[in-house]
Amino acid sequence: MNTLEKRLLNDFQRDLAPSPTPFADMAEELGVTEEAVIGGLRTLTERGVVSRVGPVFRPHRCGASSLVAMTVPEARLEAVAEMINAFPGVNHNYEREHRLNLWFVITADTQGHLQALLQHIERQTGLATLSLPMLAEYHIDLGFPLQWD
Amino acid sequence: MGLTARDQQLVAAIQSGLPLVSRPFADIGARIGLSENETIERIQALLTDGTIKRLGVVVRHHELGYRANAMTVWNIPDDQVDELGRRIGAVDFVTLCYRRPRHLPDWPYNLFAMIHGQNRTAVLHNIESLIERCGLKTIQHEVLFSRRRFKQCGARYIDASPRQPAEGRMHSQSGGPP
Repeated sequence: MNTLEKRLLNDFQRDLAPSPTPFADMAEELGVTEEAVIGGLRTLTERGVVSRVGPVFRPHRCGASSLVAMTVPEARLEAVAEMINAFPGVNHNYEREHRLNLWFVITADTQGHLQALLQHIERQTGLATLSLPMLAEYHIDLGFPLQWD
Repeated sequence: MGLTARDQQLVAAIQSGLPLVSRPFADIGARIGLSENETIERIQALLTDGTIKRLGVVVRHHELGYRANAMTVWNIPDDQVDELGRRIGAVDFVTLCYRRPRHLPDWPYNLFAMIHGQNRTAVLHNIESLIERCGLKTIQHEVLFSRRRFKQCGARYIDASPRQPAEGRMHSQSGGPP
């Protein structure tokens, strides 16, 4: 990671001004050419360390979503995770170090559909679900400060 | 969500990123029938009303070597949860912070904060620092490190089915799982 790349990654996670020429603005701040900024961002995107240069949206307030936890016997964990991934609206499915060892987010267009999905998952797996919908969001997303070795 | 049809088109056009060209907003505008100026004005309005939380370089932490993440869960008295939640949510290494319902007696925790780090040690160090900075010494908590990632797709804001809600961006990749 060269110095320009590090600064492109760290210094512009927010407050990218929606000016007609945002990359020329960045270039001026960095003391390089606009081509160097655009080229650098393209390379970082191709390498997969930049997901995009663009917006991060506030989570939706419409529809229904919940964080769901399950206690799954170790031997069945992979199969159950796969089964759950096949349901529409399942996202961010992680094994975690806890008695409740499977955690995922589920979304649906209505609360009724969400409850139906959960019941369906419980029937299909024979396991209980613990549903923990978001009640309030406190995080202020200012980007994430990076540390370099 | 209360977005006009025009704004929905705009959101759909920018959600996977701006084109990396000299005049990206002219380019976006041309795709949806807006001038460069109108495009910029609408994006500014979405930033002002908070629909867009930030506009900038969205990094992938995992690919940058931030391989460890822990979901920390806290049992905070109800009358303190808003204040402490805001304080925790403002700490720079906290990437998500939500209040959720308790499920007694099994699940006493009502606040969730996601913490990322380059490795387990760094995450644990961050948690110590969080306890110190936010005065959480007496608050019951647990740390749930992730083990395997079975699925993590970037939640899209506007989908083919337009009312698909998205909890957690991580960011998507702006910060990992909710």
